[in-house]
Amino acid sequence: MSSTPTTSTQQATDTPATGTARVKRGMAEQLKGGVIMDVVTPEQAKIAEDAGAVAVMALERVPADIRKDGGVARMSDPDMIEGIIEAVSIPVMAKSRIGHFVEAQILQSLGVDYIDESEVLTPADEVNHSDKFAFTTPFVCGATNLGEALRRIAEGAAMIRSKGEAGTGNVVEAVRHMRQIKNEIARLRGYDNNELYAAAKELRAPYELVKEVSELGKLPVVLFSAGGVATPADAALMRQLGAEGVFVGSGIFKSGDPAKRAAAIVKATTFYDDPKIIADASRNLGEAMVGINCDELPETERYAKRGW
Amino acid sequence: MNTPVIGVLALQGDVREHLIALAAADAVARPVRRPEELAEVDGLVIPGGESTTISKLADLFGLAEPLRERIRNGMPVYGSCAGLIMLADKILDPRSGQETFGGIDMIVRRNAFGRQNESFEATVEVAGIGGVEGVFIRAPWVESVGAAAEVLAEHDGHIVAVRQGSALATSFHPELTGDHRVHELFVEMVREKHPAGSR
Repeated sequence: MSSTPTTSTQQATDTPATGTARVKRGMAEQLKGGVIMDVVTPEQAKIAEDAGAVAVMALERVPADIRKDGGVARMSDPDMIEGIIEAVSIPVMAKSRIGHFVEAQILQSLGVDYIDESEVLTPADEVNHSDKFAFTTPFVCGATNLGEALRRIAEGAAMIRSKGEAGTGNVVEAVRHMRQIKNEIARLRGYDNNELYAAAKELRAPYELVKEVSELGKLPVVLFSAGGVATPADAALMRQLGAEGVFVGSGIFKSGDPAKRAAAIVKATTFYDDPKIIADASRNLGEAMVGINCDELPETERYAKRGW
Repeated sequence: MNTPVIGVLALQGDVREHLIALAAADAVARPVRRPEELAEVDGLVIPGGESTTISKLADLFGLAEPLRERIRNGMPVYGSCAGLIMLADKILDPRSGQETFGGIDMIVRRNAFGRQNESFEATVEVAGIGGVEGVFIRAPWVESVGAAAEVLAEHDGHIVAVRQGSALATSFHPELTGDHRVHELFVEMVREKHPAGSR
């Protein structure tokens, strides 16, 4: 099978085309309504799969530990990522540093199913993100507002997640970012063509994408939520606010009973609009992760500020 | 002409795209997450998604048994990708505890075409429809089918579309292309099963 990266939205032809926008974005469509869980070992990956995760994010340390340990956070060891790929049949994602396209090349060569160009790791480039069109493997990127989301899509991202503030167990920033993105989309809906040019300038995003969002009333790619989701109610909240699925990082394996909490968050994500089911899912889950108040974080430790 | 009510199993996956395609194919389309919602539809689509997740949630929320029973009693069903896996009587390499709904006498291999880097688009000749753009994402293929099942399409020597009576399954995702002919075929299958006023 051809491994040539193709980046256009070209029509299907007689020769199978890999890495097309439809194949990359379509992959994220398959994850909708689901929970993607951070895991650091093959054993955790199996627990996540058994609990009903739609994918796992393979990383060396969950964000809560990255915060605790400090220092430079980088891509995980290929051995560790391969161990997780071996352990489960659901898709495996892994993180590269922002702008570190060589880490992304390594992840593609390992055969991960999605690359998260993530602010949770220490950025490698303070100006540029990676050119995501150069890859067959699709990318998910974080965003705090619509302009940021559209800039990532313009660079080739096939899925967007709100950034939130990973590793805090505090959902407040995820809510802020999701509301921001949704409000800005709603505002675009009401704009006429004359106004869209100025809107594109303000959003610092390509006019064509701004126009597309205005017409669709949604992003042209799947929108998940991430960063601080720790309980079934948090996951359901993010879905009611418009997220098409959730990433849960430290919230599961930093809690008292990971298997039970993971299954509970999966249930609440599917039945996000049914308080009875969410209530049942929330019973007797044991200790949640401790959590950090985001106001108490110094500026330099705010991951959401990373990315441009 | 009657307008059938067709559900899309909405536990996880690309539910929205199937709802849009069904509406475009002149059906009334509804998400189905509960047994009582299942009871109200004339036919059901099982969307693309993660088959392990869909099968777990179906079990957990009491949908799996009623669904199996309705399929046994002839309710028309259509599954794409993960949905094809769920309609197979047998999976070659199931995850522990993964149970399908069944309905088509076939054996499927999960992720047979490879991981995401191998996901692809190609034109597929579907019997009775013609050439369709096939979007294959970590797609399964059908290893073999029983005598009652009809192979509708192959790609690269592998079976990628099958029909058995009122059950239809494709390895690829017509719901992602804006071409609604496969959904129109399914809506027609539901109409045949439920002629006007028979509900």
